[in-house]
Amino acid sequence: MGAISLIALLVAAIAFSAGGILIGKILVKGSTNPQKGQPYECGIPTNTSPWHQFNVGYYLFALLFLIFDVELVFLYPWAVVVKKVGIIALIEIIIFIFILFMGFLYAHKKGALKWS
Amino acid sequence: MFSLEGITTAVQDWLFIKFNPTLALAIECVIVILLAITLFAGLGLVLVLMERKVAARIQIRLGPNRVGPGGMFQTVADTLKLIMKEGLTPDSADKFLFNLAPFIVMMVAMLLLAPIAFAKNFQIWDINIGVLYISAISSLSVIGILMAGWASNNKYSLLGAMRSGAQIVSYELSAGLAVLTIVVLTGSLQISEIIAAQQNGWWIFKGHIPAVIAFVIFIIAVTAETNRAPFDLAEAESELTAGFHTEYSGMKFALFFLAEYINIFIVCAIGATLFLGGWMPLHIGSWEAFNHIMDYIPSSVWFMGKTFFLIFVIMWFRWTFPRLRIDQLLNLEWKYLLPISLLNLLLVAVIAILGWHF
Repeated sequence: MGAISLIALLVAAIAFSAGGILIGKILVKGSTNPQKGQPYECGIPTNTSPWHQFNVGYYLFALLFLIFDVELVFLYPWAVVVKKVGIIALIEIIIFIFILFMGFLYAHKKGALKWS
Repeated sequence: MFSLEGITTAVQDWLFIKFNPTLALAIECVIVILLAITLFAGLGLVLVLMERKVAARIQIRLGPNRVGPGGMFQTVADTLKLIMKEGLTPDSADKFLFNLAPFIVMMVAMLLLAPIAFAKNFQIWDINIGVLYISAISSLSVIGILMAGWASNNKYSLLGAMRSGAQIVSYELSAGLAVLTIVVLTGSLQISEIIAAQQNGWWIFKGHIPAVIAFVIFIIAVTAETNRAPFDLAEAESELTAGFHTEYSGMKFALFFLAEYINIFIVCAIGATLFLGGWMPLHIGSWEAFNHIMDYIPSSVWFMGKTFFLIFVIMWFRWTFPRLRIDQLLNLEWKYLLPISLLNLLLVAVIAILGWHF
């Protein structure tokens, strides 16, 4: 089958999830209670919303990931042809990875990989 | 002999003779939808039971043994219980995103089924960029998790989602590099060609040491990517109650739970395909009689056997290693796994160019 199978799989996922949730809705007779709508926090009433600033460390790792993920995208076409092209492709990718690795070492030196 | 090999082509031929092409394609779509839903439900039931049984055996207990013979229908009873539970939405939550998140997680898990070869000639879509497709789609699952954690408006959920995001994107890199070693050895991104290249031996045996290193890195990385212990920081029960799905209940929780187990199955299936030869039987060099006997075992049994072996290994990890801290987790990836897998990729390129692999 071609690309249409992806649409079929998407339909299957939506039908499965929606079907399950709908069956639950039909079968269950819920009761209303104002406490049911509160966020779960081990019994204590919540103060302040969690939608705040979060640790900058996550952001740094996301940035580093972005660099290496783009690198990975460049490696895919290289990996397919490296056997045919031979030693030249290898030298080129060594230069590429070397430059990238220098950047990685710089980030490491600057303390981007340290979790504070 | 029962085998799945001929079924797909036979069904397709019959459909295209009987009906006009559009209708035949529509019927095929319906068959795919039904099969995928059946597979999801079946796998969910089997894997949850397997997890509990394996955990029980490792801890020298019996595990579930009341419902059905040997506790076989325990997960059916659990599912019925979950259906009967009320699905709550917190008042302060972002209602639209909160309800959308389980759908996204399920869609990603379902889309990943497309390029997996369950048996010889038994594949939904043999896409020519199969490996790239898998890494592209599997990186979407983090969106569903972040969405669930953010929309819940709960501190535990948000923390769990953040940790999960950092963890999944980090370990995706080394998983991708480990997969690339096999692409270098095969010279193709297509799943069927990767399997065909392993006819005279699986890559883990043929690829010398780099393939073994890549396999170990792949298993570690996918354990982290599926949020399994020892990397289960995102849903660490003892610190975050349940992580990103703390606020979910009823069927929506069940969907997250199911998607987690389906993801384990899928990554193990990919690992089995790339490193252990997919549905290829075990062949040893010139042992004609041995190879012939191995050919008699149906290809679907080979595939399922390898996949479930890897699933067992991942479940084994859970009861063997203690949970890591977030800084240890990120250190392991960025300071060890990533440089090792980059060097390993170069090494495998040398081996592939010089033709040192078998």
